[in-house]
Amino acid sequence: MTFLLLSLMWFTSFGFQFTVSDAAEFPVSAQLVDAANLGSFAATDTLTDHSLTWPTWSEWKKVLFLRQYNTRVVMLGTMLLGMAGGIVGSFTLLRRRALMGDALSHATLPGVGLAFLLAPMLGLDGKSLLVLLTGASLSGIAGVVAILYVRNFTQLKEDAALGIVLSVFFGAGISILTVAQQRAGNAAGLESFIYGKTASMTSSDAMLIGFSGLFVVVVIGLIFKELTLLCFDEGFAGSRGYPVLLLDLVLMALVVIITIIGLQAVGLVLMIALLVIPAAAARFWTHDLKKMTLISAGIGGAGGLLGAAVSALLRNLPSGPMIVLVCSSLFFVSMLLGTARGVLVRVIRRQRLNRSIDHQHLLRGLYELLEARTSENRSSSKTLSTTTGIAFTALLSIRSWSSFRLTREIERCRHAGFLVRNADASLSLTDTGLAEARRLVHEHRLWELYLITHAEVAPGRVDQSADAIEHVLEPELIARLENLLRQDLEAKGVAPSPHPIESIGDAS
Amino acid sequence: MSGLSTWSWSYDGWIVLAGILCAVAASLPGNFLLLRRMSLLGDAISHAILPGLAVAFLISESRSSFPMFAGAVVVGILTALFTEWIRNFGDVDEGASMGVVFTTLFALGLVMIVQAADHVDLDPGCVLYGAIEMTPLDQVTIAGFGVPRVVVVLGIVTLVNAVLVLLFFKELKLSAFDPALSTTVGIRAGWMHYFLMVIVAVTAVASFESVGNILVVAMFVVPPATAFLLTQRLHVMILISALIAALSAILGHVSAILVPGWFGFQGTSTSGMMALCAGGLFFVASLIAPRDGVLVRIVRRQKLSLRILSEDLIALLYRMDERRPGCVVTLAQLRAVLFSGNWISSQLMKQHARRNHVETTESGFRLTESGRRLGAELVRSHRLWEQYLVSEGGVAIDRIHGQAEKLEHFTGRDMRDKLEQETSAPVTDPHGSPIPPE
Repeated sequence: MTFLLLSLMWFTSFGFQFTVSDAAEFPVSAQLVDAANLGSFAATDTLTDHSLTWPTWSEWKKVLFLRQYNTRVVMLGTMLLGMAGGIVGSFTLLRRRALMGDALSHATLPGVGLAFLLAPMLGLDGKSLLVLLTGASLSGIAGVVAILYVRNFTQLKEDAALGIVLSVFFGAGISILTVAQQRAGNAAGLESFIYGKTASMTSSDAMLIGFSGLFVVVVIGLIFKELTLLCFDEGFAGSRGYPVLLLDLVLMALVVIITIIGLQAVGLVLMIALLVIPAAAARFWTHDLKKMTLISAGIGGAGGLLGAAVSALLRNLPSGPMIVLVCSSLFFVSMLLGTARGVLVRVIRRQRLNRSIDHQHLLRGLYELLEARTSENRSSSKTLSTTTGIAFTALLSIRSWSSFRLTREIERCRHAGFLVRNADASLSLTDTGLAEARRLVHEHRLWELYLITHAEVAPGRVDQSADAIEHVLEPELIARLENLLRQDLEAKGVAPSPHPIESIGDAS
Repeated sequence: MSGLSTWSWSYDGWIVLAGILCAVAASLPGNFLLLRRMSLLGDAISHAILPGLAVAFLISESRSSFPMFAGAVVVGILTALFTEWIRNFGDVDEGASMGVVFTTLFALGLVMIVQAADHVDLDPGCVLYGAIEMTPLDQVTIAGFGVPRVVVVLGIVTLVNAVLVLLFFKELKLSAFDPALSTTVGIRAGWMHYFLMVIVAVTAVASFESVGNILVVAMFVVPPATAFLLTQRLHVMILISALIAALSAILGHVSAILVPGWFGFQGTSTSGMMALCAGGLFFVASLIAPRDGVLVRIVRRQKLSLRILSEDLIALLYRMDERRPGCVVTLAQLRAVLFSGNWISSQLMKQHARRNHVETTESGFRLTESGRRLGAELVRSHRLWEQYLVSEGGVAIDRIHGQAEKLEHFTGRDMRDKLEQETSAPVTDPHGSPIPPE
């Protein structure tokens, strides 16, 4: 008995709702069935066909033009929920409390049980939704207080606070519900009042979601500046006299509101997903919190809308999981393509930087080798000749680059007209190449000189640090360096290397 | 009602033992999860294993427990891997990437189950999530003794975890605290991370299967967090966390039997109560932890403020006595200067009287010789500090009193001698008041 009860409770706490097509009545209905009932449902005849069939045109029309009342309500409701979740989620994400929804939704459980047990003493109906929701809210707020207690009065971090509240409240909830089961036989399915209803979403649910979403948006709009400060620099906010604890409390209270509304309508895991995924996805597109909030709302709304639509179109695809999957697809697309922090953008950026670094290393290497050759020949003229050839092996030995990488870079420079390949396969700089190389060497040595004269770095160690910085020197900075080091520079335009260049290979 | 009269060692004993084993097994790796700020991983894995079950079922076409276990472990490990990858490649916060991964996997699992449901009904609740109350029912025979299967499984997991933590203690420790350093000294921090994740996944799934997930999710977090409050040494923390885990398992089962009886109910969920007891122990620890428990800090602060007030009273008496030697001062006069409470001031003055610092006359208090010595020390500290702040610190003369007022309570004989040396033994302070000799 206890075993069944426990498994039921655990499962219903996932509270996922399913869209199960009911061919007889609503070909594309969004009838939501509790996950816990799935096992028993599977035995019935209506659910024997679980293959995916492509929807017919009339079904497309019904969904696309929102013909069906049921579909319309579900799509609207999940969209609003997604938007609200996205907005609140942006702040919890930046506060490094992305999983707060997870903790707080588990924290509502003891409240549900207690409300059911205590309501009869106050002469109320223990199973009325209002009573249960009140209990859930109070217990959620107790969870908030507990998180704040752990966070502010111990040395533990956010994640531990969330984990403790989640597991302890959930344990308490299970204990209380087990007891509640003994009080009255009709307590069965008590959790489903909170953790997902077996009936489909009604228009009053959609309205409830809409109004609470609006409330959340208004509150966030009013304290946007304060919340921003709280998320980015809590210490600074405190020192400016903002009530940090109060703001934290408000933010978490908003999460409680959204979570409870969402739990009741769509279930626990979906609610967590709507609080986490849109915000995390939006983070890839922008560095601006305002834009991020909007994008996150957009992604959450789109996820809710599309997920509900897909599950209405394709039979046997449950709506809750579909919404999560649509959201996470959007997340992965954002992660790849996001314009601010997306993986692709960062890879391209790094590739570009690496390429320009290789380019500069090659030209500077050629120049320094030429310079060494000129001084070896003791030629009277100080100008470097563009006819002297430098062997490939000499270039290869000055840096730890593979011959493939070097060849690739040589080809690039050849196409750009910076160097030519001589008959004996050695390489020479062209006039433009020489000018470009001179500029690069100049920048490198400027920085070296600066390090030696102004930062007092030993000459033997400047080469490497200049190596790292030369690729990102701005023209303005070069001008300032030139000004600063004017008297150290020769008239020639390129500063002499302040240290012996060790990396000269055998050029012959 | 029921009470402990129905306690039977062959039934409740096994339940408690299973609870202890599960709790200890989870709390050992839990310490490192806490340090790596991944405390919610247990919860994430408990949701995420669903597709593993579905795939294992679809492949093996049976509900036998081994493929299910293997599938769940694989997905558990994948959860940790995906979380890590998204965190690395996407540069996303740990919690957020965990949230993305486990909700997605759970949703995937549900879709699979719906698709598979026409073959046979698959209810993970029946397949994987065990209940600790069922522990004694499923027994295997080892060396002639009937031992519950769950206890054997959890015993092995606990033993393996303990051995692994012992063997790799240094590596786990270093990679948890300083991944960069650990990689430079040749311990691959990344590998240690994955190694820990495998331990966590196996522990979690083995425990879900035998005792349900409430217990293990709680034990990954709560005992290590409690131990974290009580010590600053990692090996002590691990030991304490294991002890606390075991203790909460014992208390949990006992209170699952006892507590509902107080309200007229029969017993309640054991694993729920075990989690709750762990929470209770955590709360107690957060109050009375020796370093910075909430109550400990309050008491410490109260004691300090009482000592300061008591010293202020004596110093004030000394100053009054300085002007009119042998004068008698009433409590009201003292309170008028110090703005202190009536009751607390009179208690402190009574304490001073008991210690023979003041003598109580009908019209008030008069300093005794020992009280005068005490007051002189305080006033000497105060005035030396004032002198020091002006001559060495360059502080404006109208701002020194407040600072000296604070510092005088934390200045001993050595400090006073040093101050005197630094300020070349002044006779008066910057206000012109004489500095009493030592």
